[in-house]
Amino acid sequence: MSRSVNLLPNDEQRQLGEAAQTFLAEQAGPAAWRRTVAARHAHGFDQDLWRQVAEMGWTAAVLPEAHGGLDFGWQGLGLVFEALGRHLACTPLLSSVVMGGGAVMACGSEAQQAHWFPRLASGEARLALAVDERSRHAPHQAKTVAQPHAQGWQLHGTKTLVLDGLGADAYVVSAQVPGAGLGLFLVPAGAAGLTVEPIQMLDQRPTCRLHLDGVQIDAQACLAQGAAAEAALDQVLDRARLCLSAEALGLVDDVFARTLAYLKERIQFDVPIGSFQALQHRAARLYCDIELLRSAVMAGFEAIDGNAPDLPLLASLAKARASDLAERVCNEAVQMHGGIGVTAEYDLGLYLKRGRVLAQTLGDATFHRDRYAALKGF
Amino acid sequence: MNEDLFREEVRQWLEANCPAAMRQPITSEEMVWGGSEVSFTSDDQRLWFDRMRDKGWFAPDWPVAYGGGGLAPRQLRVLEAEMRRLGCRQPQYNLGIWMLAPVLLELGTEAQKREHLLPMAQGRVRWCQGFSEPNAGSDLASLKTAARLEGEGDDAVFVVNGSKLWTSYGDRSDWMYALVRTDPTVPKQQGISFLLIDMKSPGIEVKPIELISGKSSFCAVFFDNVRVPRRHLVGPLNGGWGVAKKLLAHERAAMSKFTEGGAPSHDPLDVARPHLFDEQGQLREPALRDQLASVMMDAHAFALTHRRVQAQALARQDVSGPASIMKLVQTEQEVAKYELLMRALGADGLQWTEDNPHPPSQDVARAWLLSKTYTIAGGSSEVQLNIIARRVLGLPAGGAA
Repeated sequence: MSRSVNLLPNDEQRQLGEAAQTFLAEQAGPAAWRRTVAARHAHGFDQDLWRQVAEMGWTAAVLPEAHGGLDFGWQGLGLVFEALGRHLACTPLLSSVVMGGGAVMACGSEAQQAHWFPRLASGEARLALAVDERSRHAPHQAKTVAQPHAQGWQLHGTKTLVLDGLGADAYVVSAQVPGAGLGLFLVPAGAAGLTVEPIQMLDQRPTCRLHLDGVQIDAQACLAQGAAAEAALDQVLDRARLCLSAEALGLVDDVFARTLAYLKERIQFDVPIGSFQALQHRAARLYCDIELLRSAVMAGFEAIDGNAPDLPLLASLAKARASDLAERVCNEAVQMHGGIGVTAEYDLGLYLKRGRVLAQTLGDATFHRDRYAALKGF
Repeated sequence: MNEDLFREEVRQWLEANCPAAMRQPITSEEMVWGGSEVSFTSDDQRLWFDRMRDKGWFAPDWPVAYGGGGLAPRQLRVLEAEMRRLGCRQPQYNLGIWMLAPVLLELGTEAQKREHLLPMAQGRVRWCQGFSEPNAGSDLASLKTAARLEGEGDDAVFVVNGSKLWTSYGDRSDWMYALVRTDPTVPKQQGISFLLIDMKSPGIEVKPIELISGKSSFCAVFFDNVRVPRRHLVGPLNGGWGVAKKLLAHERAAMSKFTEGGAPSHDPLDVARPHLFDEQGQLREPALRDQLASVMMDAHAFALTHRRVQAQALARQDVSGPASIMKLVQTEQEVAKYELLMRALGADGLQWTEDNPHPPSQDVARAWLLSKTYTIAGGSSEVQLNIIARRVLGLPAGGAA
């Protein structure tokens, strides 16, 4: 479907973003997140919240109409991710629809799309994407191997930082195909030789390791290999990086607003500490960088919807800035809050931890500056 | 008139009348400054100047009676868009039209409009701005150049004594709009008036200022009992601060005319690339590459922000917040870029001669030194940060101004 694309979201997309703000302001936020963690849900997130998210159509927004989606465009979804970040909301929207679903969208067969998209849209099934293998993001360097075997493939290796991997119905796994380069494989949950091991994360979001010990899958489970697989993976990751950047934008926006409010109300030396120029200038500089990030995120989503060739460049620009800024705004917020900022009771720590994980997921600022330079030919 | 029809008409006229050479990016040496001493370096420049002047398009949206083109705001936007599309240069640069005139049109008397607007619109008078003083920089309202009113009625004159600093092209301008102190006994903002001063008046002395980067357009202007007729007072007596605030509101739009269509400053990748790799094509210092990427990404994000703010303004959204960061961000990025380029160039960046013009190999060093002025002139970075903190973020005023 072709649509005319503009840097600014249209009215419908803005309404989706506002609806997400309103809904999450009630249903999410730091207090709700503390309750979610305390409840120890089986898969690490609140199923009830997830069900409502699917009912509102966020899961269907970018899926094709032919298979139960709304084909609403990515700019609207970007505003949803900004709202998720602002309200510290934890849902498998990114992992299941953007990453897992995105891989099936990029290189799944018609039959695979017909099978998965309606289920992803309704929220009844989930996919997860397994790419990372080491401490630092290096998506093109898989050690996991896929060997041709009988009528299909056999997979060996270990994947880490699989977002929302617990309870997923299937995993899209990247692996090295001898002689062909990278391949993408659809591995059903419960396959023999597949072990899912939870990882306790800093931000307490559900994440896991996959151990693939001779997992056998049939021939159709290979979504793509070689250059096609690399291109598909890059596209999926770039879209996901922009969603993470939007989430980070929402998060830093909220942390900054909380900090400004504190600067205006906290009295020391008989005046609000926000009247001190040293703090004013630091706050003003944060504001500048938040506005620059906002522009980069908006341009990135415009590039997705417009199928623009500079999407990789814009995704790395946005993610590098988002990663740096998540770190800087959260750190400045803690410092400006003083002692209260480092207490567990105060909510700021939740944002600091989430911000740190966001900064490093799918490539930190150094990774993306390196990629930006490579894309620019140096 | 129908907008599409007007667009078509403008397009055809520009195609027919803007010489090809006037559609190339402009360098600072090629800028034509309207004024009594206007000069051209090519026939195309003169042709383009004459044609746009005769069309009334030095001031396209002014009334025809004052020498303007009489265009409606929507038509002006069409003209500007079409000039951008074709890459047309500004036919002339003129602080009078872009900065002073909006204020004169709003606050000037009919006699002032008739006396000053037509010569501006015809490119016959060049204006400079006399605001800063040796002891009034960021704290502009503390200015001391005194204008004492003598006489009464039509014969009344202001006698001006004092000095102005950082007056761009003070040595080549015909007139100056200036802030002067007309009442030293009241709170500082309330004793300032806005005066138009003929630079040929007896008692004015102008001295160009040499900068660390070499020759500059900045001047110091000295006033020794300079007599200015009372009719050159704009706005009320002692109401100059308000006039200046209105005038500075047009500064952002005016400054964009200077950058629009201009030759880009150094492309950081072009300058640094030869120094990144050794003879075998191997990266010498990975940290340098990271810093270069960082500088390029900053510029990319700024360009996207510029585009975003324009789009939002067109859609009538409130852009006062993001618009207020542009000067600070752009100038600090330029400074950071030139610091990096000096590091990247190594010994190659360190050569220096006093020759004018200088060898191109010294361009970066001069641009680096000149970039130091960007974060000081036109409201220093610290002033910009104050504005953002107070007006955008709503943080409470502290001890200072």
